[in-house]
Amino acid sequence: MTQDESPSRKGFFTDTSVCIGCKACEVACKEWNMVPEDGLDFLAMSFDNTGRLSADTWRHVAFIEQREPLGHQDSGVGRPAGEGPGPVNLGMPSFGLPGQRTGEHDEAEGGDFRWLMSSDVCKHCTSAACLDVCPTGALFRTEFDTVVVQEDICNGCGYCVPACPYGVIDRREVDGRAWKCTLCYDRLGAGMEPACAKACPTDSIQFGDVDELRERARKRVEDLHEAGVSSARLYGEDPDNGVDGTGAFFLLLDEPEVYGLPPDPVVTTRDLPSMWRHAGAAALVLLAGATAAFAGRRS
Amino acid sequence: MTNPDKTGEGAGTAGREAITGATDVVSAEQRERHKDHPRRGRRGGRGRGEATRVPDADFRSYHGRPVLNQIVWEARDIGGYLFLGGLAGASSVLAAGAEHTGRPELARPLKYTALAAISGSTAALIHDLGRPERFLNMLRVFKPTSPMSMGSWILMGYGPLAGVAAVTAATGWFPRIGRAATIGAALTGPLVATYTAPLICDTAVPAWHEGYREMPFVFASSAASAAGGMGLIVAPTAQSRPARRVAVGGALIEVATSTYMERRMGLVGEPYEQGRAGKLTRAAKALTLAGAVGAVLGRRSRAVSAVSGAALLAGSALTRLGVFEAGVQSAADPKYTVVPQRRRLEERKRAAAKTG
Ligand code: SF4
Ligand code: SF4
Repeated sequence: MTQDESPSRKGFFTDTSVCIGCKACEVACKEWNMVPEDGLDFLAMSFDNTGRLSADTWRHVAFIEQREPLGHQDSGVGRPAGEGPGPVNLGMPSFGLPGQRTGEHDEAEGGDFRWLMSSDVCKHCTSAACLDVCPTGALFRTEFDTVVVQEDICNGCGYCVPACPYGVIDRREVDGRAWKCTLCYDRLGAGMEPACAKACPTDSIQFGDVDELRERARKRVEDLHEAGVSSARLYGEDPDNGVDGTGAFFLLLDEPEVYGLPPDPVVTTRDLPSMWRHAGAAALVLLAGATAAFAGRRS
Repeated sequence: MTNPDKTGEGAGTAGREAITGATDVVSAEQRERHKDHPRRGRRGGRGRGEATRVPDADFRSYHGRPVLNQIVWEARDIGGYLFLGGLAGASSVLAAGAEHTGRPELARPLKYTALAAISGSTAALIHDLGRPERFLNMLRVFKPTSPMSMGSWILMGYGPLAGVAAVTAATGWFPRIGRAATIGAALTGPLVATYTAPLICDTAVPAWHEGYREMPFVFASSAASAAGGMGLIVAPTAQSRPARRVAVGGALIEVATSTYMERRMGLVGEPYEQGRAGKLTRAAKALTLAGAVGAVLGRRSRAVSAVSGAALLAGSALTRLGVFEAGVQSAADPKYTVVPQRRRLEERKRAAAKTG
């Protein structure tokens, strides 16, 4: 394929500041990719009963409740005024402190309670540990610079599972193979956007060319900072980070670990040359030591 | 399919972030306290009403859930694969040395050991695959970035050599081919014993990855101790002297390097001392040291030597199981993922502040 024909790198920008926790992305992903049901658990933590990304969960919406006097999240921040419809009440659950609704407190002051919601997904790392360690070549990099498992090749060795620094890919125990987000490889091929991005009602999940999304993300953080949301930060987009930048990156409102994301992940294969050198040295020591044991007097 | 033990799912381990539903369950006083210690409520790794196992490292997490997905390998399969690979590789080295110094009673049984162990090791690996019938897909590619791919190729080279060495020793056929195979197995054996260290260290599992410098030496010495121990069991004392040396040397180095590794890793080395991994690691060291002492003191008695050899073999197996279990424990607790990374970030920030 020549330079001109190869499509540009595709990815996600997930702007968690506008996520309303509706889980449309989770549902759309399951539907489109025919991901099987993975147990109807009640996890007794927040509104999140999905829990984590796994072989059967390729989008996972995290819910965090915080007693932070940071005011309500304003999903309209940074949007050009007068464009599109105004805020719509989607009937999502909300909480108020006692007295707040009776007018004892000033409504505009905001409660000391906030929701953080974030739709997590495979990061489609530039340096992807899962892909590096896969011994069968089942994991490969597509023409869109995304990371995809070929299910007809994976032999379920399970190596990719502990290799991923984000806890994304997992082995589906019923069929013994590894599964994860494909960034809707089939839809991309047909010129469509991934199912989750299509379903997201607030555009929290934005799909596009990674270069352009990075630009958009930087602008959004600037706007939020200007509007006083000082906790807004980007996660994963930096090409100089431990995985050389992710194809799917995030705008977060708190530290990454609060969302279950590693604060500073490094692709494990970065140290592999050194690992091989140490293993080689150990092999030589074993050979030399055993040889030495045969030296000297016979008995 | 969702196994709470494996995934860390379920209410038991999840710390609650906040009270949902009726807001009046939080008293005004409680709320005040939260304001004074804003970090307390969000710290991870706490079950409600459950005493914390370790002094609290200050960190935050998502409801106390692990950051990493849990290791899907079975302890018996992969622990056994690590142990048997080591036993096979080091046995081949010893067998070649014994053959060349005229100790057939030591050489022959060690060749059988090598063949049996490498077969067992490969079988364990295949058994652990989600799709065992697709094992040969491992040989589709040659991938230096994947220790499992390299390991498969190493096994493909070593296995037949160990097989030919054992079969020619048993039958007496083709002695020259047998000698060549014995040497070939001895040269590739050390790789079989050590490549499994990069295999487990090349993951995001904190207790494995952080030990990548020492792990090959732990595995190599543990392999030497196991093969030496096997030599003590199978060979008469008149011919087992080199095996004894390898066994004792390997045992002492194994205990020393693994102890050093666990210490040097700091916080991430903690799992090696706790829970099941702690028990396995302590038992491994005790058996290994006891085996070494027995091998020295009982050098004139075949029976004492054999018992010591068995202790060394058991010690080596428990070392691998302990390492395996420590990895499992470190992946299951967000602390070992978050705290070191957070520290690294803070350090970088401080360094940037200094220069900038
Ligand atoms: S996030 Fe994990 S599964 Fe996704 S590309 Fe990176 S290493 Fe692979
Ligand atoms: S489980 Fe499948 S995709 Fe994962 S490393 Fe093994 S062969 Fe590759």
